[in-house]
Amino acid sequence: MIRCNREGAVWIFAEQEAGELSDVPLELLSKGRELADKLNVQLISVLGGGSNVEPLCEKLIRHGSDEVLLVEHPMLKDYQTNSYAKVVCQLIEKYEPQIVLYGATAMGRDLAPRVASKMRAGLTADCTDLQIGDHQERQGPLHKNLLLQIRPAFGGNIIATIINYDRWPQMATVREGVMRMPEPDPKRKGKVIRETVHITPEDLAVSILKRHREVKKVNLKAARIIVAGGAGVGSKENFKGVWDLANALGAAVGASRAAVDLGFCDRDHQVGQTGTTVRPALYIAVGISGAVQHRTGMQDAARIVAINKDPNAPIFQIAHYGIVGEIRDVIPKMIKAVRERG
Amino acid sequence: MGYDCVVTVKQVPDTKAVTAKAMKDDGTVNRAALPAIFNPEDLHALETALEIKDTHGGTVTVITMGPPNACQVLREALYRGADRAILITDRRAAASDTLATSYILSCAIRKLSKVDIVLCGRQAIDGDTAQVGPQLAEKLSLTQVTYLEELVGLTNQQVSVRRNLGNGWEIVESKLPVLITVLGTANEPRPAGAKRIMKYKKARCPVEIVKEIAGDNDPKDPKIAKQIDAKIAELKAKGLLIEHWDLDTIEADLAWCGRDGSPTKVHRIQSVVLKGTGHKQFEPTDSGVRDLVHELLEDRTLG
Repeated sequence: MIRCNREGAVWIFAEQEAGELSDVPLELLSKGRELADKLNVQLISVLGGGSNVEPLCEKLIRHGSDEVLLVEHPMLKDYQTNSYAKVVCQLIEKYEPQIVLYGATAMGRDLAPRVASKMRAGLTADCTDLQIGDHQERQGPLHKNLLLQIRPAFGGNIIATIINYDRWPQMATVREGVMRMPEPDPKRKGKVIRETVHITPEDLAVSILKRHREVKKVNLKAARIIVAGGAGVGSKENFKGVWDLANALGAAVGASRAAVDLGFCDRDHQVGQTGTTVRPALYIAVGISGAVQHRTGMQDAARIVAINKDPNAPIFQIAHYGIVGEIRDVIPKMIKAVRERG
Repeated sequence: MGYDCVVTVKQVPDTKAVTAKAMKDDGTVNRAALPAIFNPEDLHALETALEIKDTHGGTVTVITMGPPNACQVLREALYRGADRAILITDRRAAASDTLATSYILSCAIRKLSKVDIVLCGRQAIDGDTAQVGPQLAEKLSLTQVTYLEELVGLTNQQVSVRRNLGNGWEIVESKLPVLITVLGTANEPRPAGAKRIMKYKKARCPVEIVKEIAGDNDPKDPKIAKQIDAKIAELKAKGLLIEHWDLDTIEADLAWCGRDGSPTKVHRIQSVVLKGTGHKQFEPTDSGVRDLVHELLEDRTLG
């Protein structure tokens, strides 16, 4: 447990694998920058790895980091819970940051709770937004400039705002794809500080026998237009229409969980709470009723078109344009209209 | 030989069952209208433990923390093959966040004589935090292996596990004791056994017995107390007693339990309300669809 250090910096954990940063730490930097500026403190990345991660510092700085705390050690080559938790805890104790953010990834959700337990600090999982704000304790003091940790809970049916005012640092994991990617600024300058953490073989609690990385075949996050199908499409056969429409539009194909569970489409395409969160310019929802779990993952699309035969489907409540009709009829008409445009 | 496994389980509202019936008029969810179920991934953790027992021998103990009603998930665990069931219930544990919960569970697990493997579902569907497993491991100073999709091997006090990392997988090996969190894709939970249901449907926890026998009367009334004690003794003799532990039983430091022990506090809860913003409707005809495409071209969404 550390004291509530009001001068403490905002930290992000810069997750890397095999010497490569994914999008997540960069997304954290964009939100972190906003928070640090509001609090008038520094934004710092914590980067650990084997011996090949120093080149990543520049990328972190260009994306908004003021400083990078760099820990290189042969035993940090592969991520392991205990060794990385040791690094993060030791640095937290030394510098007393006020906020520490992690990506809500397999790694971040393995590491952050271990750190939180060790530091006896609070942790909020899978946040979809973070803000700075005040909290009035009931019959108690007013706490100013706390981290408001906003997340869906209860299967997406409520939005909870969580705070922690007495046991710092304030920590959260942040859902992938929800924060915008910052534009890199090649002129940005920052400092790299090398830190030494004593890692022993005892800190490597497991041996990694085999590792297999799968390259995601589907990049929904980068798609400008997404055509997504749901259970209402009816069959795997009919789902071809979703692909055809996507091809005509140069769009990516998405699917609701129901469509994936029914085997209409591969899980890589799933949009929603347990799939990918997307914010395309256009989202065409075909035969998707619009359960809360799905809407959480796509409601920030700039334009939503809903096609459904049920006029009462909840998807229409967040749609900008709607067509009530049989999917089998509407899709070919739509493909035709798209091909004839202009 | 054999391994002693502990499985932590939770009774949760079925958040997937949010249908029109479970909605209040103001568009928010009526939680009381949702059925209480065995947290899905905890069932897979239990199945992993039972498979270990089937193959290697040993014991399976299930622990839950919650109100007396949570005994229902313990009975369901007994129906499936658990040997021992423990309910942690205590008013002073109310409002515990994940950190306080993992502290309380760690105190309980420390009370057990020998534990080789602690198994937890990766996450519960009411909170989806996936934090209690790793935090419990830290509190117990155990190695944590998260996201089990397959138990690859268990020999010579060593376990190997295939972990699903979302963007791939890895196989790791760890010495026992260990804490493992289990994914819903790990296995197919066995159904409750008919014979075990017949036997364990009578299993009760003292807190339930008190309620059933005393009702609205004072359970300390000598006559009622005697009945309660007799019933507890009877069930214990038959192996049908679900143990009740409170924070004193497990010698928990109250400063780390409940609201005081929870660093995270709720600032605000907003219900997600189905809002009718209104949308522009097009006919499912050639001209209707053409108008829609035209509109999207017009505002440069397509282009």
